[in-house]
Amino acid sequence: MNKVIRYVLADLLRNKTIICYTILLFALSISVYSMEDNYEKGLISLLNIVLFVVPLMSIVFSSIYLYNSSEFINLLVSQPLKRTNIWLSLFAGLAGPLSLSFFIGVGVPTLMYAFSNSGLILIGCGLLLSLIFVSIAMWTSVLIRDKSKGIGLAILLWLYFGLLFDALVLFLLFQFSDYPIENMMVALSMFNPIDISRILILLQLDLSAMMGYTGAIFRDFFGTGLGMGITLGVMLLWCLIPLWLSVRHFRKKDL
Amino acid sequence: MRSSALNIVGTMICLFMVVDMLHATTIKIGKDQAVKTIKQGIEMAKAGDTVLVKAGLYKEGNIIVDKAITLLGEGRPTLEAEKKHEPLSVKSPHVTIKGFEIKNSGHSSINDIAGIKIYNTHHVKVIDNILIDNFFGIYSQNSKHLEILDNKIEAYGTAEQLIGNGIHGWKSDSLHIERNTVTGHRDGIYLEFVTHTHVLNTISEKNLRYGLHFMFSHDNSYVGNTFRANGAGVAVMYTKNVHMENNLFEENWGDASYGILLKDISDSQIINNKFDRNTTGIFMEGSNRIHIDNNNFIGNGWGIKIQASCMDNTFRDNNFMQNTFDVATNGTLTLNNFTQNYWDKYEGYDLDRDGIGDVPFRPVSLFSMLVERYPSVMLLFRSFMVTLFDRSEKLLPSLTPEGLKDEQPRMKSVKV
Repeated sequence: MNKVIRYVLADLLRNKTIICYTILLFALSISVYSMEDNYEKGLISLLNIVLFVVPLMSIVFSSIYLYNSSEFINLLVSQPLKRTNIWLSLFAGLAGPLSLSFFIGVGVPTLMYAFSNSGLILIGCGLLLSLIFVSIAMWTSVLIRDKSKGIGLAILLWLYFGLLFDALVLFLLFQFSDYPIENMMVALSMFNPIDISRILILLQLDLSAMMGYTGAIFRDFFGTGLGMGITLGVMLLWCLIPLWLSVRHFRKKDL
Repeated sequence: MRSSALNIVGTMICLFMVVDMLHATTIKIGKDQAVKTIKQGIEMAKAGDTVLVKAGLYKEGNIIVDKAITLLGEGRPTLEAEKKHEPLSVKSPHVTIKGFEIKNSGHSSINDIAGIKIYNTHHVKVIDNILIDNFFGIYSQNSKHLEILDNKIEAYGTAEQLIGNGIHGWKSDSLHIERNTVTGHRDGIYLEFVTHTHVLNTISEKNLRYGLHFMFSHDNSYVGNTFRANGAGVAVMYTKNVHMENNLFEENWGDASYGILLKDISDSQIINNKFDRNTTGIFMEGSNRIHIDNNNFIGNGWGIKIQASCMDNTFRDNNFMQNTFDVATNGTLTLNNFTQNYWDKYEGYDLDRDGIGDVPFRPVSLFSMLVERYPSVMLLFRSFMVTLFDRSEKLLPSLTPEGLKDEQPRMKSVKV
């Protein structure tokens, strides 16, 4: 298992896309932080990058990598190795470099310029989002054999989580605005890891506005230790469930 | 001619002082003194005397000051009212009360019992007292020319209906309230039908309801005060000619909590204040002809919420920085004037380098209009979806009020 991880890691750490991704994130973060006179504004600008670019990169890059290394996977499967181990090693090999790039690209500048609660939460959310979208990519690529369809689905999923889900929530909000739906909205947001991250950071950055009526409901949930625990749990579930499904599928898959 | 006239006046003043000194005596009160109780001391005193109270604990129920005397505490004597009485009632003009600690007044839902209550009189001074756990703190009823200085007023109210106000003025005129601290009361300072009053350098924090609350109190000024973390911020109503300068409004958090709520206020100035981390900096309703100049709005949820019922207000040279929303409104009609403010969300350019942006700034975003209508939309704030909506709205305004804009936004913040 270690050998497989080491091989994938060595392959990915030299990968041009990963290096570009790291440099791009780093350059963006540094320029954002040095341009804004106040680190909170920098964090807000970076928030969009974290919520948009990180999931896109994680899901699309992982899908492409998995499809491209299908022959390598076939080779591994023919060896006396457990399929579960092979698949988990691949996950570790993918998630490691992607999180590392994020940490170097966004985490380090944030620690340098904006060492604060909100900064730490931003880094934590970014890392978790990287893991979650790698794990979703693992699942879609094991489900769909065709490369172009698989990548298409990955992009669709990203679009759904990043954009369409919010439109859906907005639609529901308008439809049911006469009812007390705030608690339902909190529950609904749990179905989208990007939304969870956004709200967590929002509660730090827009504290004063969040002290208002609706904000109070989110704060009562996300602001407490229990709420934070549940939120973290949900984020981890978002990472584990697709991975577990993909492992289950991969074990029986007819390659 | 002139100097001789001055001489005569001077001599007369000296003479009066000598005469006065001959009459004024000091009555000492304390355990070791001839006079043991304050009541007895006041009874013995004549107008102009000083009643000097030595350190110690005095449980005398309700002490009524009905002569023009100076009641002076030495070593901060304590007046304990055992939660039954009104410790000090002032019913005579020209009284000075200084240096006491006044504790535990009675509570009542019929009478307004206060630590120090001043009834229908004038020229009373209340200086350097500490008031702890009284129903009302210092209460001025139908009085004029009072000086309330350097007092520390503290209570531990738990519910609005069970506690009175820190400094309460009713139907009074020309009060001078300076350097006091009020915490834990219902309203820090409450003025009703009070005119020509100055509230200066007073700190009002952690009160249950409002830090400052006034109604029908015209021609007053509020300078250099701090209103911090009060249950519902500051609310002022039905008043004209208010002057507010150099005040600090901060950390007033909650859905119905405001830096200042202006309801039916007109012809007033709000200048050089700082609104820091409030849920809403200023909320305006039915308010007209107010000049809001040179203020700092920093880190508020909403910088200004201006209802469509407001008219002819001017916002000039203010700084809006790091607010979640700078301005929100509930209608499309705008009869107010925003000009030469600094908005940190401004994205325009300044080609002629005169420090004024070349394109107008619209401080009201589509999203803030949506939040006004559907508060729970706040859940989607900073979502990419919403950013897209806001961008398209900026290009083609349809929901946001067309007229609400700053034609001359500043490129750099104003020094305040």
